[in-house]
Amino acid sequence: MADRYLEPDSPELRARWGNFAWTQKWADKAKAAIARYPEGRQRSAVMALLDYAQRQVGEETNTQGWLPIPVIEFVARELDMPVVRVLEVATFYFMYNLVPVGRFHVQVCGTTPCMLRGSDDIMTACEKRGMHVGHTTDDGLWTLTEVECMGNCASAPMVQINDDNYEDLTPERLDAVLDALARGETPQPGTQEPGRHTVEPAGALSTLSAMVDENHDYRGEW
Amino acid sequence: MSLADKDRIFTNVYGYQPWNLAAAQARGDWDNTKDLIARGRDAIIQEMKDSGLRGRGGAGFPTGMKWSFMPKQAPVDAAGNPKPSFLVINADESEPGSCKDREIIRHDPHKLIEGALVAGFAMGARAAYIYIRGEYIREAETLFAAVQEAYDAGLLGKNAAGSGYDYDVFVHRGAGAYICGEETAMIESLEGKKGQPRLKPPFPAGAGLYGCPTTVNNVESIAVAPTILRRGAAWFSSFGNENNRGTKLFQISGHVNKPCVVEEAMSIPFSELIEKHCGGIRGGRDNLLAVIPGGSSVPLVPAAQIWDAPMDFDGLKAVGSGLGTAAVIVMDKSTDIVRAISRLSYFYKHESCGQCTPCREGTGWMWRVMERLRTGEAAVEEIDMLQQVTKQVEGHTICALGDAAAWPIQGLIRHFRPEIERRIEERNGGFAVAAE
Repeated sequence: MADRYLEPDSPELRARWGNFAWTQKWADKAKAAIARYPEGRQRSAVMALLDYAQRQVGEETNTQGWLPIPVIEFVARELDMPVVRVLEVATFYFMYNLVPVGRFHVQVCGTTPCMLRGSDDIMTACEKRGMHVGHTTDDGLWTLTEVECMGNCASAPMVQINDDNYEDLTPERLDAVLDALARGETPQPGTQEPGRHTVEPAGALSTLSAMVDENHDYRGEW
Repeated sequence: MSLADKDRIFTNVYGYQPWNLAAAQARGDWDNTKDLIARGRDAIIQEMKDSGLRGRGGAGFPTGMKWSFMPKQAPVDAAGNPKPSFLVINADESEPGSCKDREIIRHDPHKLIEGALVAGFAMGARAAYIYIRGEYIREAETLFAAVQEAYDAGLLGKNAAGSGYDYDVFVHRGAGAYICGEETAMIESLEGKKGQPRLKPPFPAGAGLYGCPTTVNNVESIAVAPTILRRGAAWFSSFGNENNRGTKLFQISGHVNKPCVVEEAMSIPFSELIEKHCGGIRGGRDNLLAVIPGGSSVPLVPAAQIWDAPMDFDGLKAVGSGLGTAAVIVMDKSTDIVRAISRLSYFYKHESCGQCTPCREGTGWMWRVMERLRTGEAAVEEIDMLQQVTKQVEGHTICALGDAAAWPIQGLIRHFRPEIERRIEERNGGFAVAAE
């Protein structure tokens, strides 16, 4: 099992987050999420609501966001669930941050397919910039986590930073991405390999070349 | 004879063209779906059975047969009201090496959504839930938007696609738990709980989501269904060997010159797959050490045995492994093979849901021993002990995660025992010399 721990409950935490409530944007989204499930099954929306809560906390703190205990309690009230059931879900799923994180959550995939393509070097490059796994840098900009397979194996190695994936990395390409983020720019997500589009064989297509320039309809050839 | 482009189902797999409804329709999706549905439940299921399609999520269970397990007559609840049935589509793609569902969802989502309607109709489902892994954030955005497009065009909802059938498709995002790819864990997760697998029976087709009849299918199995129905079972079953029919998205990662995702005919020999699409093994054929041919859960196969093996369920079983999700992880001779497998052990330790003791404790224990074997800091007898423990975990857990954690280690010991022993000897020998 993954090692997880909660940010301790404290009067300061309560003072800061005790009055947490949805902003209009997230209230609308929460309502839509609950509507996706049959009546009386609103707890099915708990994963979505925890995600929204984390994102709203992120907006309020200018970070990726996390889940303080009072916010978890808020979600429980919204869904009429016992707090412990929500807490169970929050601690079970790895994408819920249980402690504060930085502006950018750098998640380096280290599972075997990425490892074979050089994820060690990607990790080292992050550490060279002062990041350490499980910690946030003093400037509050970077949190480094090693994550398990992210499903980008044909364009490995990769990192996911907040909502975007950066694939086909080398230490230099990673540095370029991180530098751009630090400057407040939005680097192009996806593969960083020049000339590669997505997950086709780099350099020369072995199949489906007719699709490159036009939305080819193959039905005429059936 | 290799697969021609015209026989590829996922023509936009690389995303050169837009994913949206108009572009998808121009490629042939949602083309008179009403007619497909008008064939009726039994005819659709029969066609799927005849096509020989086996589930693309790893286990390879015949898809048409799975659909036929759904009750024809809706069961009733305690109050006598009929229960709805559900289709759950497994897009929780988290198996190390697998990266095919992501390409379907972000580049060809309408194949999946149309498949959801056709499959849901065939099994009498009221709605489909597509459970997409949480880390696929942009992919989920695309999927939400594609579903909305389908609703706006009248292809979903009341009288879906003019078929007279009412059908909904909902997207549910996960939040980072490999185990939710197990069908009953997925159902638990959909109900808003921790994703811990349920005991079977009852099987989901009897009591699944919210206690209602449910079928869980992989994204690829559902997304190929409309094309199979349009082109016929005979077309689909003309590819691949007996019992291993059809086309398949292969995902090749690791030490090949050009890693990629590519749709090929089932039973294509490993060598042809690598040479034709991946630019060969890095450093040439002689540099190949071993291959994990079906995602992290299947045992590795040494170079000599994999080279000519047909890439299908039976062909890979014959070399002591399996097709799994057709996630081919290639390792050349520069690989620290013990570390490569140990990293997978760490993955299973990380992803064990903690419900069954043999898995919760065993995955951590196996990983710690693997790490010592990696450095040689162990006794030779511990190899046998590890082998024995993998046998005690395997088959003694509710779900297959325990098995999946055990098999890669068993494969390593089976094929690379001399390498493990060499490391132990080297380290112990080194100490003996130092002590003198």
